[in-house]
Amino acid sequence: MPQTLDALKQTAAQTAGPFVHIGLAPRAAGFDIFEKNFSPVLVDERTEGERITIEGRVFDGAGTPIRDVLVEIWQANAAGRYAHPADRQAKDLDPHFRGWGRAAADFETGLWRFETIKPGSCIGRQGRPMAPHVNVWFVARGINIGLNTRMYFEDEAEANAADPVLNLIETPARRKTLLARRETRGTETVYLFDIRVQGEDETVFLDV
Amino acid sequence: MNRSRELLPWDRALQPPAFTPGYKTSVLRSPRQALLSLHNSLSEVTGPVFGPDDLGPLDNDLILNHAQTGEPIGERIIVHGRVLDENARPVPHTLVEFWQANAGGRYRHKKDTYIAPIDPNFGGCGRCLTDENGSYFFRTVKPGPYPWRNHINSWRPAHIHFSVFGSGFVQRLVTQMYFEGDPLIPICPIVQTIPDKDAIDRLIAPLDLNASIPMDMLAYQFDIVLRGSRSTPFENRLEGN
Repeated sequence: MPQTLDALKQTAAQTAGPFVHIGLAPRAAGFDIFEKNFSPVLVDERTEGERITIEGRVFDGAGTPIRDVLVEIWQANAAGRYAHPADRQAKDLDPHFRGWGRAAADFETGLWRFETIKPGSCIGRQGRPMAPHVNVWFVARGINIGLNTRMYFEDEAEANAADPVLNLIETPARRKTLLARRETRGTETVYLFDIRVQGEDETVFLDV
Repeated sequence: MNRSRELLPWDRALQPPAFTPGYKTSVLRSPRQALLSLHNSLSEVTGPVFGPDDLGPLDNDLILNHAQTGEPIGERIIVHGRVLDENARPVPHTLVEFWQANAGGRYRHKKDTYIAPIDPNFGGCGRCLTDENGSYFFRTVKPGPYPWRNHINSWRPAHIHFSVFGSGFVQRLVTQMYFEGDPLIPICPIVQTIPDKDAIDRLIAPLDLNASIPMDMLAYQFDIVLRGSRSTPFENRLEGN
């Protein structure tokens, strides 16, 4: 049966504004109101997978950190499966991993960080596997509609070389804007992922 | 069979572009390169799932959720509506978050320096899940307009910020709701980032007398439409199949 598309018009986006923290991360705004808070920590002690920290800053076109940015990530579990009914890959779900987190940047430094696990590879279109990646979305004052990108892992060179999305980026030099750099700090594995909204080394953003 | 429905794209004829010089902060915070258009994969059509355990009992009551010595000052209102998609299907059990200034136009935020006072009994944020019909509602006080630094004498119309998830992560929407009859709406540079007049009008919540509570509070209705999906599913074939 034919389906009527565009029966309704989508709601227009508006900037999250400078005070987005009140609604989405009230503790960052300076007060405690909810019994339960969303957080940049995606794991508990029972979550399966390699513990990693993702850390970065978002820079504007003048090279200044956007210190009021709010960042969310969405990722597959260690086996490469998303905790969502549309993902019907034959892989185990992890009951201790939702795969989503939210972080407010530090108002002084602009630094944000997530504690999570390294995701596994999941299947892409036409059966082509996608390299492990983390989906990133952020909003801030001055950003009219949220920006989407993906973070890949620089130490997954072989998988990255075959990744269908990285290969869509025509200029190979721009692919590196999606690669997070691995760093070891004591026992902590940190992936550094700086995002440049505009200008030199502008991050590849996705129209998804 | 492993099939998913692809989401319809952003309607760029009505969505604000990134670079809108009338809203000055967007100038340095907008990409200059073209975005990379991507057909949906599992990474786009999936998204976080939330449930009642994520919320507290007063989360959708801004009149009571930060009350200390009494209730907040201001016009008591209900805001209600439905979250639908472009196919006119309700979006059930999705997380809706909202935040706003108090009745005097002041935010409870350590970076807000406007001279209007903080209301000790008002936090200014809340959240809820839509029900099985996509409906949501919350109680609050009507926010006040406030000045901001864009051009000289810029004022934001009274507004409530909304954040909505939907089912796929790329349906994620942040927007603002305005109030019917506010003369500041047509002269607001942030409102004017939207290139389509009808799309602006849909952000303006009409007074809804039928949903008001006599001798208690007025109501405003704000429906939110997320991106819909194509009728034809795409296959996520397993490797080698």
